[in-house]
Amino acid sequence: MPATDPHPAATGVAATLSRSAGEGLDTEPIVALSGVGKRFASGLEALDGIDLSVARGEFLSLLGPSGCGKSTLLRIVAGLSEPTRGSCRVSLGQPGKAIPSGRIGFVFQDPTLMPWSTVAANVELPFRIAGRVGAEQRDRAAAALRAVGLAGFERAYPRQLSGGMRMRVSIARALVTDPELLLLDEPFAALDEITRFALNDDLLRLWQTRRPTVLFVTHSVFESVYLSSRIAVMSARPGRIVADLPVGLPQPREGARTTPAYAAMCETVSRALGTAMANTPA
Amino acid sequence: MTSQRALRILAPLLIGAVFLGVWEAIVRVKGIPPYILPAPSAVARSLWVDGPSLLGSLLVTLRITLAALAAAALIGGAIALLFSRSRLLELSLFPYAVILQVTPIVAIAPLIIIWVRQPFLALLVCAWIVAFFPIVSNTTVGLNSADRNLLALFRLYGASPGQILLYLRLPTALPYFLAGLRISGGLALIGAVVAEFVAGTGGAETGLAFRILEAGYRLAIPRLFAALFLLSLTGIVIYLLLDWLSRRVLRHWHESVRATEEE
Repeated sequence: MPATDPHPAATGVAATLSRSAGEGLDTEPIVALSGVGKRFASGLEALDGIDLSVARGEFLSLLGPSGCGKSTLLRIVAGLSEPTRGSCRVSLGQPGKAIPSGRIGFVFQDPTLMPWSTVAANVELPFRIAGRVGAEQRDRAAAALRAVGLAGFERAYPRQLSGGMRMRVSIARALVTDPELLLLDEPFAALDEITRFALNDDLLRLWQTRRPTVLFVTHSVFESVYLSSRIAVMSARPGRIVADLPVGLPQPREGARTTPAYAAMCETVSRALGTAMANTPA
Repeated sequence: MTSQRALRILAPLLIGAVFLGVWEAIVRVKGIPPYILPAPSAVARSLWVDGPSLLGSLLVTLRITLAALAAAALIGGAIALLFSRSRLLELSLFPYAVILQVTPIVAIAPLIIIWVRQPFLALLVCAWIVAFFPIVSNTTVGLNSADRNLLALFRLYGASPGQILLYLRLPTALPYFLAGLRISGGLALIGAVVAEFVAGTGGAETGLAFRILEAGYRLAIPRLFAALFLLSLTGIVIYLLLDWLSRRVLRHWHESVRATEEE
């Protein structure tokens, strides 16, 4: 990366990726991005000047048109990609140490399951990588599958399941380690609307019972308003955050899709997204 | 669909029976001498009379074939693994694997037989050279085909390179390897026969290829056909066994198995 980095001056101390923990105060954000920029080797400027802090227990949606770098942002938070400018701080685990595995859960747009493994083995993967799959881990995997409504499917293979069920397995795998930070990259974009609504409700319920911090990438206004406690609207080329909107709708939200307050919020967010799109070179 | 399955077995059998019937009829009606073209009945008689000795020769050829296939699977798999670990190694060595693959085995078999004194080993090397390439090429592709998002997930959970290989790359490569193995099965048999054609007798025991040559020299054409028949049968059996193995291993998850079993 450094060989093609167009901003050599920024790769020094300032850009050092600090993924260690801070003082452990409750008020300290779990994710703190400051001035994050990402330029790919191809010269594409994916992100520019991203300042974002996410409080513990928040459900934050990153909403924006395709190509606005929201997935890239998520990968940077997960530590799968390094920013070329700015810093990304994720406060998990012991201060000053690397983040222990399993504290972050990740759900991709595709279910991303191992087709050769059973549903149970797929969900147990994080434990297998950590080198311990015993009775306790199997129980936790079974519990995670129950939580997404897939009890009894442990011995099935992914190809025997519908698209929605595969996505549930993927969510169960992300939840099985009881992560404090859950990152979801347009997980329901490929599903039909009925399945999508059902999974939205499931996700909300899981969030309310387990209270992880959630970063949710989507390009659906309605989905982001229904799920989030806060929405960051992004514009594309380069990806910037152009609006930061709290969502004041009361919980639980089952049935909230028909209320005037929901409609009004959707309109506000749509207008913000419209402004973001207008500023985006087509 | 049982009628589908019955059709799949009966249709080729019927075609075979019609073909043999027409062949038999032409030979009888035209009075073609057996040293030009023996009738199927003459071949069957020869198979019955020379069967036991031909089977002994078949065993010799089969031993070389299976040893070559096993060596191709092991060494081919190991080479593919090496290629997938180091891009530099793959770039620098792959062209030579291709050269080895496209060199006619008939042309280099005499050299190998001179270099490798032990006859069984010489034949084995020849058959291996013919058989190993599909496994190397397929498995290399397979090992490099791991899903990008799964790779990211493994990294997120802190997987070691060994774990990524064991839990992700090897399972991904398995269908590719098995497809290569099915091709190599037939090639190993061809390699064994061709090598024996060039080398002549493999020590005290003679393989099927030598019996074909010998039958040709003596104008014992029905026996030549009988040996050919055994050779084809062996090729079919090897293919069916490897196909069965592949289905057995992949039955739960690979699309290639679903396509034919859930019609």
